[in-house]
Amino acid sequence: MGRMQLETGSTIEGFLIGRKIHQGGMAEIWEVTHPDHAIPLVMKIPLILDGDDPTMIVGFEQEQMILPRLSGPHVPRCIALGDFSAQPFIVMERLAGESLLPRFKAAPLTASEVLATGAAIAKALVSLHGQDVVHLDIKPSNIMFRPTGEAVFIDFGLSRHLRLPDLLAEEFRVPMGTAPYIAPEQVLKIREEPRSDLFALGAMLYALATGERPFGNPKHTTKALLRRMYEAPTPPRVLRPDIPSWLQEIILRCLEVKPDRRYASAAQLAFELNHPEHVTLTDRATREKTHWLRNLMSGRLLPPQAPPLSRLGAYRHASQAPILMAAVDLSPEGEPLAGILRETVSRLLVTAPESRLACVNVLRTARIGLDTLVDDDGTSLHVRRLVELKHWAADMRLPPERLTFHVLEHSDPAQAMLDFARNNAVDHMIVGARGSGGVRRYMGSVSTSLVAEAPCSVTVVRNRLALPGESDTRFTEAGA
Amino acid sequence: MAVRPGQHGLEEPRTMRIALLADIHGNREALEAVLRALPSHRIDGLAILGDVVGYGPDPAFCVERVASLVEAGAMIVLGNHDAAIEGDASDMNRIAREAIEWTRTQLDPGHAALIRTWPETRRLGDALFVHASARAPRAWEYITGPGEAERSLRATDAAITLVGHVHQPCLWRLTGLGVAIAHEPLPGAEIPLSRHFPWLGVVGAVGQPRDGQTAAGYAILDLKRRTLLFGRVGYDHYTTVRKLRESGLPEPLAVRLLRGR
Repeated sequence: MGRMQLETGSTIEGFLIGRKIHQGGMAEIWEVTHPDHAIPLVMKIPLILDGDDPTMIVGFEQEQMILPRLSGPHVPRCIALGDFSAQPFIVMERLAGESLLPRFKAAPLTASEVLATGAAIAKALVSLHGQDVVHLDIKPSNIMFRPTGEAVFIDFGLSRHLRLPDLLAEEFRVPMGTAPYIAPEQVLKIREEPRSDLFALGAMLYALATGERPFGNPKHTTKALLRRMYEAPTPPRVLRPDIPSWLQEIILRCLEVKPDRRYASAAQLAFELNHPEHVTLTDRATREKTHWLRNLMSGRLLPPQAPPLSRLGAYRHASQAPILMAAVDLSPEGEPLAGILRETVSRLLVTAPESRLACVNVLRTARIGLDTLVDDDGTSLHVRRLVELKHWAADMRLPPERLTFHVLEHSDPAQAMLDFARNNAVDHMIVGARGSGGVRRYMGSVSTSLVAEAPCSVTVVRNRLALPGESDTRFTEAGA
Repeated sequence: MAVRPGQHGLEEPRTMRIALLADIHGNREALEAVLRALPSHRIDGLAILGDVVGYGPDPAFCVERVASLVEAGAMIVLGNHDAAIEGDASDMNRIAREAIEWTRTQLDPGHAALIRTWPETRRLGDALFVHASARAPRAWEYITGPGEAERSLRATDAAITLVGHVHQPCLWRLTGLGVAIAHEPLPGAEIPLSRHFPWLGVVGAVGQPRDGQTAAGYAILDLKRRTLLFGRVGYDHYTTVRKLRESGLPEPLAVRLLRGR
């Protein structure tokens, strides 16, 4: 398989070659232009070291397979592919921003910088995993930031599309990944676990927060990489005591050896990064040293026996760990409905044991002018609502790490809840509707706005309407 | 992307998007449901991967329907149940043998003469069609594991081999390290087939699925874009089961259609 030597000024399938802007170990990146495309473009071409060895080119081919199937702001737009029979290439959008590398070199960063960076990357992972792709090589040089702030993943040469055959399976004898960030299960050649990306992100957050890598930079051998299965990283707060305990909690949870002990999904990690005040602290948060017995207990000494998920289970995984949002009406007239809402939410929580629930209430503020957000007796209305919200949820007896409470202050309740759902990648909103007839139907209600505009599934819970001849049961408090 | 004829192709492919139907097994309702589903895939060719008869209650109808498709240009290869009509059924299990004995009573010499014309393998460009395995087609080896898959993949120079016989869809690839690995295909996903590896597609059964689903299976091979899609379509299997019971065929065959295994 021969390869043309690329030259500035030459043309490949209509693309005019500009200058070379990057020379990597596996590929080169060239600036290109095309009369049909106004946006800045780059062409990536593989360096084929041995033309007869398919293992050298499968990574590029896997990327050619995956990139055109991805969409959204968190991946470069794919413009054209070049076939292996002539010159293999990928033409894609040239990203304007820079990679995470400079910020990485400036580490340690402040907790809020680590948080913002982590939240942007986690949000991008939500999008990627939602499209059935696991990146499997998350590292600073593979993450770009658009000028608008969105994290963008590049280089899908080691990635896995969960609905397509894995061309990289059984092709390499050494584990595929980047030594400081590779997840333990990847070292064992499991390539279908979305939570491998959460491990790599955790390793990056560790390095951003402390300035040191959690497992150093080991040699790329299975033996050296397997050390992370039984040697826990030094807790970040030991290196830098000013790191908040919630950040240590988040980082060490991402770095758990067993995927089941990490966050159930990228969306749940993003949720915690966006709401650090709601992070449930466990012994991870206060851990001061690594302990051999705890390593043993946490499974660091025991390799995972089987792939954590079946292949079919893996791509369904994100939907098995949904973020539910209950929009709770705490007004006296909403009380019977709040009981029915709680029952419905409880049933949903049972069906998805890895889900988490955000209980949301809106404290309505005036559009113009200042409100007195303090009660007659001086209690903050916000605090009072929060107490009521917690009281509403208490009957469900959920463990604290599955539950958060949010009182939003806004002049438009529906808008406040829609914004919350969008910003937190909520999968399923459950909302009560007070009656269905008359004025409400035509004038619009909070629930109708949510149904019409929500970015996710919405379940509307209603006090069951009386059937004809059932009028005497109409006002019983069903479900209460 | 230019279309290149297969390197070792015996015939240059004129048809490019081919529907693959395996293991119809005398199931008229399933065959008709699949044929109804095909126009939406904009196919320009059809390949029947053997076992048109056996097990099901409508063998004569299926042979005639398939023969008319072949007359119109469809490719066909012989399956072990087809071969047993005029051949030896002694190596089959009891239920399959009883079904073959019943099927013989339903077919006339005209049907048998048609079946006799079906070849063991067909080649179209890069693709090879065979009922069970490219290794010794008449041995009817089931491709149920990496060993059997590897043997078939190594037995042919075809880039893509398509078989039936197993009644469960699967896609095998011979890796650079020389082992066959399986991909469990999801229905409806268009799977690109890399030119750097030999592939072996096991097409699910039209007339007797065994993967826990009752829906009829088929596949669409696109030789131009080099993709393979595994499709499923539900059919009225209760009618087939009723006919099967009325005909006196062994009861386990009815249970199989009801359970999809």
